[in-house]
Amino acid sequence: MDILQALILTVITAATPLLLAGVGEAVVERAGVLNLGVEGMMVMGAVSGFGAAYVTGSPYLGVVASILAGTGLALLFAILTQTFLANQVASGLALTLLGLGLSGLIGEAFVGLPGTKVEKLVFPALSDIPFIGRILFAQDLIVYLSFLLTAVVSYVLFRTRLGLVVRAIGNNHDSAHALGYGVIAIRYLCILFGGACAGLAGGYLSLAYTPQWIENMTAGRGWIALALVVFASWLPWRVAVGAYLFGAVTILGFFVQGMGWGIPSQFLSSLPYIVTIIALVIISASRTISRAAAPACLGRSFVPDR
Amino acid sequence: MKKFLSIAAAAALAVALSASGAAAKVKACWIYVGPVGDFGYSYQHDQGRLEVEKALGDQVETAFVENVPEGPDTERALERLAREGCNITFATSFGFMDAAVKVAKKFPDLKFEHATGYKSAENLAIYNARFYEGRYVIGQIAAKLSKTGVAGYIVSFPIPEVVMGINAFMLGAQTVNPDFKIKIIWVNSWYDPGKEADAAKVLFSQGADIIVQHTDSTAPLQVAQEQGKLGFGQSSDMIKFAPKSQLTAIVDDWGPYYVRRVKEVIDGTWKTQSTWEGMKEGLVVLSPFTNMPDDVAKMAAETAEKIKSGELHPFTGPITRQDGTVVGEAGKPLPDTDLLSMNWYVKGVDDKLPQ
Repeated sequence: MDILQALILTVITAATPLLLAGVGEAVVERAGVLNLGVEGMMVMGAVSGFGAAYVTGSPYLGVVASILAGTGLALLFAILTQTFLANQVASGLALTLLGLGLSGLIGEAFVGLPGTKVEKLVFPALSDIPFIGRILFAQDLIVYLSFLLTAVVSYVLFRTRLGLVVRAIGNNHDSAHALGYGVIAIRYLCILFGGACAGLAGGYLSLAYTPQWIENMTAGRGWIALALVVFASWLPWRVAVGAYLFGAVTILGFFVQGMGWGIPSQFLSSLPYIVTIIALVIISASRTISRAAAPACLGRSFVPDR
Repeated sequence: MKKFLSIAAAAALAVALSASGAAAKVKACWIYVGPVGDFGYSYQHDQGRLEVEKALGDQVETAFVENVPEGPDTERALERLAREGCNITFATSFGFMDAAVKVAKKFPDLKFEHATGYKSAENLAIYNARFYEGRYVIGQIAAKLSKTGVAGYIVSFPIPEVVMGINAFMLGAQTVNPDFKIKIIWVNSWYDPGKEADAAKVLFSQGADIIVQHTDSTAPLQVAQEQGKLGFGQSSDMIKFAPKSQLTAIVDDWGPYYVRRVKEVIDGTWKTQSTWEGMKEGLVVLSPFTNMPDDVAKMAAETAEKIKSGELHPFTGPITRQDGTVVGEAGKPLPDTDLLSMNWYVKGVDDKLPQ
């Protein structure tokens, strides 16, 4: 039981950054914008979060800083692609390169310094429930936020008028524009939201997961989050399933290795990708095509006709 | 960004120098597999580069490219440095080997050095540190201090150097506790703090109480610190990250070697060679023994002394391999060539070596 509990706790830390970044990107793509700069925004979030926490001594200011950093980089992307109509794929890739380079530059002063960790928020009575108490009610703020975020985004996207407008813009920006919705303005907001989520995911890495700053500490998690969004067919709760499945299979792979059962580690390393893809494809296949389809205007610039 | 800037600056300088016809300085360059900010393996190499700048001052200029993937990109990075006139280039990771051999052949007038490999040429020297000496010592410490008799061992890729480290660790541990066990997790990455932390957590949950790593980040030690367990630092002294958990760290000190070799290029006495230095020469250093009782620290220090004096070689025959076969002559160390191509475990390791 103790082992299982420890494993589940590890899965949560492994899945949280993927979930946060994935849910944010799902909103961006639902609005018809493809931002490949998740990795860059994430790593900027990580360095800014660590830096702010180190300088001020407060990990919560660090969290705020990581959100702001991700949003700031996203704003740059929004200006490039929405105002100046630059190619989204190229701009997104540039954003990742910029984020990785800039974070290394900013972070040089922070290398080799121990960080401060976001504390666990323990609910007194609930966390004493055997087994699930420590898993569900003794996490840090960012983990709770990731649960909340998934629920809220899922609700807003599919149960509110605002969500309908966002999806309409993603599916047919000309019609949405003709109906009088501010396509560019709403896309701006969605991009900023995605940046905030990616920044927070980065902050989770440098303030909770492994409280330290080292260059490239995201190690490709932004790209995994991007892939999850596509395989989750742009549904937030499926992103959550994918993120947790990915985390669980990764940890399970480590567990199997530690047991010394002789299964090749290269196979175990590739397993999270294989299992997650298969699982999400199966879920998608069982649904109607229209809900699983990509937003029709994904990656296309909108030029209003006057 | 930094690397682009430094290369751009270096290129501009090279143009300026050739245009003015001034006597060219010797240019020494490095390529790293990770970022210089990893506070581990690449960081230590870069500290060596900085030492070269400090020691040789005006006679030398340096440049580096970080985050070079092992594969086709290695060749591109090496070629670019060669075209920029790097008189000597240090390729610092095992996986850079074949690219270094190729590029060295293409630029016979330039000098190259490759770390931790086994292929050399007229203008390609190889250098390595006997990291395994330190791992023998920490094996003894781990076996002394572990209550469960199990250490967790986080590793990157199944290359000879890593396998050698596991074996040396086990041989050291077995001198203290013949039944000592290790649990091994291959994370298939030199550098992924998140994965390394996850692996450490899993190993602790499976009963290991000491963590050993052959990956480059400080994450596993941080997990040890958090959970009140013990561990060893890798490449750099990581005591700041785990003041209550780090027992010692195997520190690479490349500086003196780099200074010596670049000096030889300046003096025109550089020759290809195969250098493999360890604790005796100061290339491998154990940081202070902490968080352990005095008698354990004393034992570790004595073992380290014996290795330095040459009295003790961790791989002294006969050694029983995992499959039961015996290698090595009694009382004699295994030849270096056998060590450098090691692809088998010693008896007592439960893992199956990935092929």
